Amino acid sequence: MKDVFRQVGRDMRSQKLRTFLTVFGIVWGTVAISLLLAFGTGMHKQMIKNTAGLGDRIIIGWPGLTSMPYEGLGKGRRIRLSEEDIDHARLETKGLRAISSEYSNNMRIVYGTKTMAVDISGVSPVFGEMRNMIPDWGGRFINDLDMEHNRRTAFIGNQLKKDLFGEDDAIGKLVLVNGSPFQIVGVLKEKSQDSSYSGRDHSKMMIPSTTYRALTGEKYVDNFIAQPVRGTDSKIVMDSLRAAMSERQRFSPEDKEALSFWDTTEQFKFFDLFMLSFNTFLGIIGCLTLIVGGIGVSNIMNVVVEERTREIGIKMALGARQKSIMTQFLIETMIVTGIGGAIGFAISITICAFFPEQAVEFVGMPRVSPLVALLTASALGIVGLVAGYFPAREASRLDPVVAMKL
Amino acid sequence: MSLGLTKTKTNGVPAASNGSSIIHMDAIRKVYDTGKVKVEALKGIDLAIGNGEFVAIVGPSGSGKSTLMNLIGCLDTPTDGRYELAGEHVSDLTRDQLADIRNRRVGFIFQNFNLLPHISASENVEMPMLFGGLPVRERRERARTLLEAVGLGDRTEHKPTELSGGQMQRVAIARALAMEPAILLADEPTGNLDSSSGGDIMTLFNDLWNQGRTLVIITHDQALATRASRIVEIHDGRITRDERQ
Repeated sequence: MKDVFRQVGRDMRSQKLRTFLTVFGIVWGTVAISLLLAFGTGMHKQMIKNTAGLGDRIIIGWPGLTSMPYEGLGKGRRIRLSEEDIDHARLETKGLRAISSEYSNNMRIVYGTKTMAVDISGVSPVFGEMRNMIPDWGGRFINDLDMEHNRRTAFIGNQLKKDLFGEDDAIGKLVLVNGSPFQIVGVLKEKSQDSSYSGRDHSKMMIPSTTYRALTGEKYVDNFIAQPVRGTDSKIVMDSLRAAMSERQRFSPEDKEALSFWDTTEQFKFFDLFMLSFNTFLGIIGCLTLIVGGIGVSNIMNVVVEERTREIGIKMALGARQKSIMTQFLIETMIVTGIGGAIGFAISITICAFFPEQAVEFVGMPRVSPLVALLTASALGIVGLVAGYFPAREASRLDPVVAMKL
Repeated sequence: MSLGLTKTKTNGVPAASNGSSIIHMDAIRKVYDTGKVKVEALKGIDLAIGNGEFVAIVGPSGSGKSTLMNLIGCLDTPTDGRYELAGEHVSDLTRDQLADIRNRRVGFIFQNFNLLPHISASENVEMPMLFGGLPVRERRERARTLLEAVGLGDRTEHKPTELSGGQMQRVAIARALAMEPAILLADEPTGNLDSSSGGDIMTLFNDLWNQGRTLVIITHDQALATRASRIVEIHDGRITRDERQ
């Protein structure tokens, strides 16, 4: 066996161009397909991340004007939802994982000599979870105690933090909101967000909804955020929510304008579909690349065997058995495939590593899958093997005399 | 040129069954079936070659002498007849068995050398020993000894392309001797060489014969043929002359 490897090594060294071309073919195929799929995966992840920046499969609801008469009440009536309506819906709605009211207004914030007009929302603790508001290191989101005691605590967006405090630490600092002192308890960890309904989270301030109501005297919510239990159809949850609200507010459960929804889970469905078609597209291109690469590799193999028929003849005349010739050939192909695949994988990883930072936000970080590289290289290897195997067997079956004269 | 080689058997070659003859052919026929046409290249050859003989096989092109050479060297099998090489029946062996026979019993020397171009002279000489399963150290040593014996001790690491025709043929002879074959088989060994290198090669053959080796040489070269101890002439697939001189 050692002798076989020695022979293979010698043959590969002696045939540098041929070895190079075969390895190159496999490297090329592996790089092309690995990168293709790496970018596909990266893009998918980034799109999900961007979309999830708004929230993790949430439904946003706004009360509006009734559009149909109901129980003797005319249409065009304004629907106002209070905290009690939200509590009622929390109990009555099927398939609901969490719900939070949101009160919001633009208020004046003063810190030191800085004065800013900021969008402030009064929310409950589950809001942070649903809207993917993750506190940066050392901070926290609004919690239940804040709610219970109407604490004047605030969670601020990372951009707002920069505007107010610059590079200084924000946690524990006091800012004045409409004249009342609030303590910063958390700063938003930077996140990607490609959609919003009232300004980006990075420039907002979140305070407990109980405090908000006490501070402003506001009784009615601006909107609410609900999250269906994973796997539940969001349509059923929306219908159920509307039914629960309509009971107390006396509007038709069919009235889509009295209570309107933005279903972000729709977007996820769309992305899944989009990515499916996108990946199919990439897959087709990948297959074509693989075929082209395969043809290249098989061509080289074919030429190799033709070129080596004489050599095979000589070896057989000197007493080589058919098996030893085939073994050498097969091992050679495997080594070439292995080297080609490894180099291709390394190149793909290097390209991804040097991928420009600025582009990541749009197309995502490409991620090379070792499995894909392995499969690609093996596929090309098998093509090469099959393409080379039959001519090689043919040659080793020839009479040595005939093979030598070719 | 003196060859400092002693004949050491690396494998137990059994003594020929019928007296001292190494090659024993009985009514050998070879028919090439090309589909439409059947060509009878050999029409019944009876030939016995004894141990230590130096036989030149001569004849015009197409007479069947190359076919005979292929049969003797087990590169091909006869259509009909019995062939014994060094006491072994080889008429009906498998391809792999024939490969083993070629490896152990026959040393080939071709007109166009048939060296592998990309490897060194030494590695070329090692090739049959590799197939014969000799350990690497022994192969190296023996290749060196053999190359020194044919006067190429200073060319062991040269590739065939860096050698002259005469030198290449000497590498081929060293390779043919690698497995201590019972018989050396040469097909027009001087055909591709100028007369001076050809002369060297002929001298080398003479030396090998003087050491007691059995040589069968197919040749057009009258000068080479006259050095042989026996001349077999083939015409149209039959032996027409068989003389010892």
